[in-house]
Amino acid sequence: MPEVRVRKKLILLEDIFHEGGPVSAVPQRRGAALAVIHNPFAGAYVENIAEFMEDLKPFGLSMAQSLVAALGGDPRVVEGYGKGAIVGTAGELEHGALWHVPGGYAMRDLLGGAKAIVPSTKKVGAPGTRLDIPITHVNASYVRSHFDAMEVGINDAPGADEILLALVMTTGPRIHARVGGLKASEIKGEDGLR
Amino acid sequence: MKAKIRKVAVFLEETLSEMGRTVDPPTRRAAAAAVIENPYAGRYVEDLSELMDIGEELGELLTQKAVAALGITANTAESYGKAAAVGENGELEHAAAILHPKLGTPVRRVLGKGAALIPSSKKRGACGLSLDIPLGHKDAAFVRSHFDGMEVRINDAPRANEILVAIAVTDSGRPLPRVGGLTKSQIKGEDGLR
Repeated sequence: MPEVRVRKKLILLEDIFHEGGPVSAVPQRRGAALAVIHNPFAGAYVENIAEFMEDLKPFGLSMAQSLVAALGGDPRVVEGYGKGAIVGTAGELEHGALWHVPGGYAMRDLLGGAKAIVPSTKKVGAPGTRLDIPITHVNASYVRSHFDAMEVGINDAPGADEILLALVMTTGPRIHARVGGLKASEIKGEDGLR
Repeated sequence: MKAKIRKVAVFLEETLSEMGRTVDPPTRRAAAAAVIENPYAGRYVEDLSELMDIGEELGELLTQKAVAALGITANTAESYGKAAAVGENGELEHAAAILHPKLGTPVRRVLGKGAALIPSSKKRGACGLSLDIPLGHKDAAFVRSHFDGMEVRINDAPRANEILVAIAVTDSGRPLPRVGGLTKSQIKGEDGLR
């Protein structure tokens, strides 16, 4: 299977202090790690692609590590996560699906066995395409205050024969969360849902 | 209706081939989107219950429109997702108020089932932004062939005092799924995960 050939990496950080309401002493922080890699399957239909997930696993872990480092280095501050992929136009949506296992498990392992499924989205697009990455609580998908999303993109990526991979982490709830539902303090942490 | 709707748009996508391969039967996704007035635009309001009620109304309306676009009986839908974009005079939490407290129940009522979390994303932005609606299988979130996303965009929405709300429904997964994982034939459908 092909190695992971990286063209560029990007870290994005947002510190959110308020959104028209009370100013928080501690900002909500959203971070994203993006990587633009060569798509080894671009340009033709390839039946057997699943083994590339193995090559992506250590790469996904390194992305997750760099994102945690950008957030200050302590994985315990991470409360929400998500992932996504944009496949360049010589590729196929299914190539983006290769990111599910390596992207998801890298974060879950690094965060100490986070229990919730990592929400995700994907699309095919040209350079500059933006992607809204869904975010949920790392241990209980139904925690309503942590339903969030982060828009990411890179002006010159993905090229036609590239894939843009993304991981996203947040350090807390939406800045003015007030629509009720399951609270982070009520998590049972057994099934990944509640 | 509590919602003051300016326009409704319906999107139907059918994929008949990928990378030169025929997709048979074609995979089909539909999204219905409503552009509504934001009753809380321009000011910070603590109690968001009016938007929660609007979410309940739109949950039913938009799901019915998406199912109608697919031309299927509602109980044969396979995956779903939801998203909202708030115009610049609104707040991210307004999207949360529409999407999370009450919108899901009528979606599930229309579709007949839906043990899984409805994946979601949200953002704030200007007219013409694109919204990536994450998609997941409605009865078992871990069905890997159905992890997907659908982009929708309306050129003149959301205006500063508006909210764009969208629900996506499919009758299928990705066009040529081949990255393994849980398949829909293995669904137990009890816990919403597997």
